Amino acid sequence: MPIDFEILGIVWLSLLVATTSTLIGSLVGIPLGAIVAIKEFRGRNFVRTLAFTFYGFPPVLAGLLMFLLLSREGPLGFLGWLFTPMGMILAQTFLVVPIVMGITISAMMAVEKRLHETALTLGADDRQWRATALHEARAGVFTAVMVGFGRAISEVGAVLIVGGNIRGSTRVMTTAIVLEVSQAHYVEATVLGAILFVISFAVFILLQRLQARGVV
Amino acid sequence: MTAPLVLLDVHKSFGPKEVLRGIDAEIQEKEIFAIVGPSGAGKTTTLRLLDLIEAPDRGQILYHGRALEPRSGAALEQRRRMAMIMQNPATFRASVFENVAYGLWLRGVPRVDVRGRVFAALDFVGLLGAAQERADRLSGGEQQRIAFARAAVLRPEILLLDEFTANLDPANVRALEGLTLRFRDETGATIVIVTHNLFQAKRLADRVALLLDGRFAEIAPSVRFFRDPSRPETRAFLSGEMAY
Repeated sequence: MPIDFEILGIVWLSLLVATTSTLIGSLVGIPLGAIVAIKEFRGRNFVRTLAFTFYGFPPVLAGLLMFLLLSREGPLGFLGWLFTPMGMILAQTFLVVPIVMGITISAMMAVEKRLHETALTLGADDRQWRATALHEARAGVFTAVMVGFGRAISEVGAVLIVGGNIRGSTRVMTTAIVLEVSQAHYVEATVLGAILFVISFAVFILLQRLQARGVV
Repeated sequence: MTAPLVLLDVHKSFGPKEVLRGIDAEIQEKEIFAIVGPSGAGKTTTLRLLDLIEAPDRGQILYHGRALEPRSGAALEQRRRMAMIMQNPATFRASVFENVAYGLWLRGVPRVDVRGRVFAALDFVGLLGAAQERADRLSGGEQQRIAFARAAVLRPEILLLDEFTANLDPANVRALEGLTLRFRDETGATIVIVTHNLFQAKRLADRVALLLDGRFAEIAPSVRFFRDPSRPETRAFLSGEMAY
């Protein structure tokens, strides 16, 4: 495979799919995590255990599940998302939500009980306390989003099954690496691997910088 | 005039342990009411009940003649007319200014008023120069002064103090006691203070209540409480002869 605009397209699609699924996964996972961490309700422990269990949900299995859901006969077949970036985003979101939710739960539960009482005595209602706790746990929540992104950008099984690794359409860095290796194109595979590593590295350096500056 | 705080036969248990076994008191407007007693007597529990954090199992607490259910909207309204300072202050991961402004933000006070009120409160506690510093990086005494400013900025009609100088050096104790008296004099707030420190109760309180084993053994004006207590338990407690 020549190192040209095709690679740029692959990198762009990888970032687009991973970023979008992380964004949606965070929009779903953070509020859910906040509710589970703070609100007392029946089945709360079960939901928490479920979120933690899904941390390690096999991506290939997630891909298969999404494939069945999105296939023409599946319940979501009418969307026509199979072998499209939309389907890949859906599959990755499914993997990101439990990670973001689980780490958010842990981060928010680590917020001191004393702080909760302080907020109460200063006049916070439940909703205001949830917002405060989320703010206090912002470093942990930010980490949740980053780990979610890490999962999405490095994931291969689900996007391979749901996207089909179609050249110029659904090929992302991880699926391209698999293909290049299977065709013994080790140089191209290594270049893609290096780009993937640099992107992941850059994202986590950014996290460290932001934390060191006290932004999060 | 109705007393701002009235406790009527208040009971509270935690599991099998009955912490409060029927306490009655009438706390008057603008007075400093101290609750003293040995550890485990129920002093902090009483303050938590007064602040509507906990609900009594039996009996009533009346705020200006009205009983309130802790989870109700009316209780939130009442809690927002009070403030409590705890023994170990917890500060938010934010600047001193933001910590003090927090209660005002919760109440939706316009931004333009927040600034002035926060700086006035910081000036009151002598922390004007530390407004932009991280609150959690300051000393214990300074953090307690932040807690005082955080409460004072709300202009509460009732201020609850729970062993608020217990871990501080004498200079900070004196400073915070001075702030308490000034706050009462300037705002006319009613102050309920829980303390182990009998000298502190003597220095600050108009009336003192001795809480023993979940009941008020004696409630008396401060001078009489310390000079001429009417109950043998009070005499034993003040002289240090009481074993607990």
